[in-house]
Amino acid sequence: MSDILTTTFLISVLAAAVRAGTPLFFAALGEILAERSGVLNLGLEGLMILGALSGFMVGSATGSPWLGLLAAMISAGLLSLLHAFLCIHLRGNQVVSGIMLVLLGMGLSSFVGENLVGKTTQGFQPLPIPILSQLPILGPVLFQHSALVYLAILLAFLSWLFLFKTRWGLEVIAVGESPEAADTVGVPVQAIRYACVLIGGMLAGIGGAFLSLAYTRMWVDQMTAGRGWIAVALVIFSAWLPQRALLGAYFFGGIEGLQLRLQAAGIGISYHILQMMPYLATIFVLIFSARREFRQKIGAPAALMKPYVRGERA
Amino acid sequence: MKKKSWLTGIVIVLLFSVLSTFVLTVQAQDKLKVAFIYVSPVGDFGWSYAHDQGRKYLEKTLNYVETAYTESVAPPDVERVIRDYAQKGYKVIFTTSFEFMDPTLEVAKDFPDTIFEHCSGYKTAKNVGTYFGRIHEAAYLSGLVAGKMTRKNRLGFVAAHPIPEVIRNINSFTKGVREVNPQATVKVVWTGSWYDPPKEKEAALSLIEAGADVIAQHQDSPAALEAAKEKQVYSVGYNNDMSQFNPEGFLTAPVWNWGPFYVEVVKSVKEGTWKSEAYWKGFEAGIIDIAPYGKVVPQEVRDFVDKRKQEIKEGKFKVWPDKSDEELLKMNYFIEGVEGQIPK
Repeated sequence: MSDILTTTFLISVLAAAVRAGTPLFFAALGEILAERSGVLNLGLEGLMILGALSGFMVGSATGSPWLGLLAAMISAGLLSLLHAFLCIHLRGNQVVSGIMLVLLGMGLSSFVGENLVGKTTQGFQPLPIPILSQLPILGPVLFQHSALVYLAILLAFLSWLFLFKTRWGLEVIAVGESPEAADTVGVPVQAIRYACVLIGGMLAGIGGAFLSLAYTRMWVDQMTAGRGWIAVALVIFSAWLPQRALLGAYFFGGIEGLQLRLQAAGIGISYHILQMMPYLATIFVLIFSARREFRQKIGAPAALMKPYVRGERA
Repeated sequence: MKKKSWLTGIVIVLLFSVLSTFVLTVQAQDKLKVAFIYVSPVGDFGWSYAHDQGRKYLEKTLNYVETAYTESVAPPDVERVIRDYAQKGYKVIFTTSFEFMDPTLEVAKDFPDTIFEHCSGYKTAKNVGTYFGRIHEAAYLSGLVAGKMTRKNRLGFVAAHPIPEVIRNINSFTKGVREVNPQATVKVVWTGSWYDPPKEKEAALSLIEAGADVIAQHQDSPAALEAAKEKQVYSVGYNNDMSQFNPEGFLTAPVWNWGPFYVEVVKSVKEGTWKSEAYWKGFEAGIIDIAPYGKVVPQEVRDFVDKRKQEIKEGKFKVWPDKSDEELLKMNYFIEGVEGQIPK
């Protein structure tokens, strides 16, 4: 018991939370953007795994993880454009298209990555930030990670700024809430939706590349192991707010880190119970958000999953 | 003009595909068709990867064999996938995960002329055999190596699910460790998942933070070795030679070698001598082994473990002299020296 009441234990759990939460955050942030514009994208798992593979392929071939990251963004972006075309242009069923994306991403990455199985790469190495990394507690928890962890924190802030403090951000929200109203004042509804799905896909690709380039630094098939789905739950949990998604991601990641470390410290809480925590928390939020007035307050975009055609009544 | 060339193209493609289907069917009739069904992707570099190496070996060794496989089969789909192969005329079907046991027997009832082999279970039928390897004996040998190499006398074990197959490996590993190093203890962390690479790495990190300087595992991916490499501690892999993931700290790994067994089974089917049995062999049959020692393992340790391996092979040494096979197959408790709990 005494093992877990120390600062070392606390630090190692919190550092694990940041490490395990970061890939979830990237994917969830991408989904927030897409859903804010009114398009549901359940394909995160497929986008992440494609990002993980292409990031690893290019990152290990060129020796530059940054080029790998770029490749992950491009490939996942392209795949999400397919979703955008089906859902925005052809007004297809967003759920079906999203599931298709998962299957396509998994199949494609298994096929292309067959010969890379069991390879390792240098990837992103830890990059402690001078001075900040020396801070007690906060230093090892936040500032001794790879560059992508800092990028995530930066993006949480920037995307909050973008969504709520800039004209473009407000237009995205308007398109997701009421595309008719946005259209009447001249906001290009379809173009904004395309852009949001594209950028959202790129972010999910970064989440995948984090797994293969910064977390495990190897490629094995289907290594996302369901994280794309957890990221979908995280969007609801965070009430479509980027800053809350970052904290939620750290919370989800922290539960995982905590349950493993409690076992290592010999604390006899069943790991089954701890593993349920993120899902229980999401169900809890869902129960709250089920009521209409809460739904409005919590922020589910009103036009989510509703394709828009000018002049047609919803 | 343009339209016409399009049409010609389509006709050629059609003709070609009809012809090739015909040729393929003719070819297939000569060959013995063998199917494999895997629980995880063949690219896991672990459990299913090892089985698929066996499949490739089979195809290379017996030229009258044609194989097919389906990977990542989820429990609800298992029966459909097996039935599908049986209907397509596959003569021998290997189902390679514990949870495939009942669906295999279910389908086998409807196809009495097809031979089924299920891996790691305990039920058989007239046309269903079951097979596994005494991999825990290899886990014991890897424990001997690990026990000699640890400096802190604290070892860690990343484990998937609390079932006898895994518990037996943990106990046997610990038995090896304690035989050469009675003070050492093995700490267990469960991931609750056969295959989740980032989580496997995180579990290994948690053990290293708790003081372990050797990380062993019963997981399907090599991610725990990445953690050991990062923190510069020793690794014992599983399923395959995983030395490339921690070149400086790799000790050894219990490994599978399914190929010879698959050849033996398919040959006996072809010759009509196949009989349903519960196959559970070890080093003597070549179905298991330990991976080549890592460069940090000194010669005296290698000699010691090699000698023990030879004794096991010749039947002169038993890892669990006081336990019957049945007791081993049901093992659901930790022996002394293991730190951790078995979730109920």
